[in-house]
Amino acid sequence: MKRFAIYAVLILASFTCASAQDWIRTGTGLGVEKIRLAVPDFKIGANEGSTQNLPLTFNQTLWNDLEAAGIFDLVGKSFYPLGAPGVPQDVRLKDWNQPPPNANMLAFGNLSVQGGYLSVQGWLFDVKNEQSPQVLGKQYREEANEGNARLIAHRFADEIIFRLGGGLPGIAETKIYFISNRSGHKEVWQMDYDGAGQKQITHNGSIALSPHVSPDGSRIAYAGVTKDGWQIQMWSLELGRSVSFPRFNGTNQSPAWSSDGKSLAFASSWSGHSDLYSIDSSGGAPRRLTNDKGPDVSPTWNPKTNAQIAFVSGRTGLPQIYTMASDGTNVTRVTDQGYAVSPSWSPNGQFLVFAWVRHYGPGAPGASDIYLMDIASRQFVQLTHDGGRNDFPSWAPDGRHIVYQSNRSGRTQLYMMLADGTQNRQLTTSGENTQPNWGNK
Amino acid sequence: MKFSRTKWFGLVLALAAALAVSGCGQKKVATPPPPPPPPPPAPTATLTANPNTINAGQSSTLTWKTTDATDISIDGIGKVGPSGTAQVVPTESTTYRLVAKNQSGTQESTARVTVNPPPAPAPPPLNAGDAQLFMDNMKDIFFEYDSYDISGQYTATLQKDASFLQAHPSIRFTIEGHCDERGSTEYNLALGDNRALAAKNALIAMGISASRIKTISYGKEKPFCTESTEACWQQNRRAHFVYNQ
Repeated sequence: MKRFAIYAVLILASFTCASAQDWIRTGTGLGVEKIRLAVPDFKIGANEGSTQNLPLTFNQTLWNDLEAAGIFDLVGKSFYPLGAPGVPQDVRLKDWNQPPPNANMLAFGNLSVQGGYLSVQGWLFDVKNEQSPQVLGKQYREEANEGNARLIAHRFADEIIFRLGGGLPGIAETKIYFISNRSGHKEVWQMDYDGAGQKQITHNGSIALSPHVSPDGSRIAYAGVTKDGWQIQMWSLELGRSVSFPRFNGTNQSPAWSSDGKSLAFASSWSGHSDLYSIDSSGGAPRRLTNDKGPDVSPTWNPKTNAQIAFVSGRTGLPQIYTMASDGTNVTRVTDQGYAVSPSWSPNGQFLVFAWVRHYGPGAPGASDIYLMDIASRQFVQLTHDGGRNDFPSWAPDGRHIVYQSNRSGRTQLYMMLADGTQNRQLTTSGENTQPNWGNK
Repeated sequence: MKFSRTKWFGLVLALAAALAVSGCGQKKVATPPPPPPPPPPAPTATLTANPNTINAGQSSTLTWKTTDATDISIDGIGKVGPSGTAQVVPTESTTYRLVAKNQSGTQESTARVTVNPPPAPAPPPLNAGDAQLFMDNMKDIFFEYDSYDISGQYTATLQKDASFLQAHPSIRFTIEGHCDERGSTEYNLALGDNRALAAKNALIAMGISASRIKTISYGKEKPFCTESTEACWQQNRRAHFVYNQ
């Protein structure tokens, strides 16, 4: 975590927050020119007895991961020389480091399906460095199936992204947790970060909302309707079942883990109106953080320090974003107009993303869009522009990607984008899908 | 009508005059045979029922009168004399038909006896009806956008609700707080909670025991109306009362 935070600061300090608009124009290359990366299809060795096209799955997944990373300019395959290299001896650097490919980097390798196993060898070459081009060499072997072809591609992609992306870990192996009604009830679901492998987790047949995965990926806290009304419920991903968590009177909802996994903040109307509380993740020592008549909901911890919490409050009318110290002191209003909800605090501690209807009221179109705000300067930029109601942004652990929900195409679906609002990609299509939460690797 | 009758009368007169004039020129030939006896006049018939509305099991009296009829019958009774009365006990509403005939014609008269159905069985015991009474009497209250204040109009509604609840002290119930589809799921869950609690607190202030009242918020999870219009949104911003078994 500490290493991660340091890298995040280094990377994101490279642009000036006072001119957020400029940064947005430069994209998530973060002020640096994107690396030209060539990724020829891996050379196929043996491919025996397989009904599935594992080489195709592997090659597509690897390409998609590197493209989605947002830090590469992938060199089009039509520029590649004939005969893809399968091993380092096959590589002629001059075929790659000069036009037409004119690549900086080359990812290549080979794969074979033999004896029920999928074996992959992969390398990353700095093709401009003719003396010592090899940056990375990896070898993988897993049972031969579709899921493992994807998994190996994700692992190799994350190795490349980690080496070339300023030390920030890739997100190809991460999962996103969300709510879907496709079973007929709102339940907690999970999927890979790219929308593959969508899987139902809870089967309560009630209403589940606001899933939030623990930093170690072992538990999901969410709000569910029980016989005692809305309660924070805890699902163990390790045990594959619910585990107990204390119940309180009133409506208990919008749980949020601190980044050290030690505490949860949540909203409870235990006292007669919705206020924020924090509690040990074991369920002990609840502490009251706010006390006012307007609804307080949707806490999010500053994951870099866990010393601050941002949240939504209706204490002055329409909901606005506020920050406070994690003991409830030093409450500061962050937004000054409209209808602002659903904050998510960036991994480097510097930004909030949230959903904002900036000009709310008669005559205003009332679109809800995702905004990014630099907390120190209060400078903000609008990230979504495609209409509809956009809500519930959640940061990826790399600080470069954001997942959110939008009904721009009719039904509410999940999308991911880079933190400058580009490279939008739809992740779900079945049913209505809401409230995404991006987990760590 | 008056005019045409006058005209008709005039035509008859003119014809009679013409006949008389032409007849004048003829000699009397022979005495005509005596005319046949005039046919009897057509029958008359009246039928009344008294009373003409009865409850099931009660009787009604049919009274009829005819003149010049040779064949008289009442449907369902059979042949009867020229006049008389009869007691009838119909089980359902019945139209009685009197038919009086002679060689000149037929005359009918009808009388209807309406039978009220037997009274509904005794109402079920009071408890089983509580749910229905609750539904019939407890009126939901509605809210402005992003608000959980109860306006004067709905304070009056709640007062009526409260008097119903005072008259039925054994009833327990849940107040559901609902919101329209706009805005965040989480904020709306809290807003719906505030609406349910506002209704609960108002009822407590009107003397209803807190122990009878549960609350739950459904935020925007269970809308009553699913169109994106203000009329629909207004329907969804409510505190809804649900009877507890």
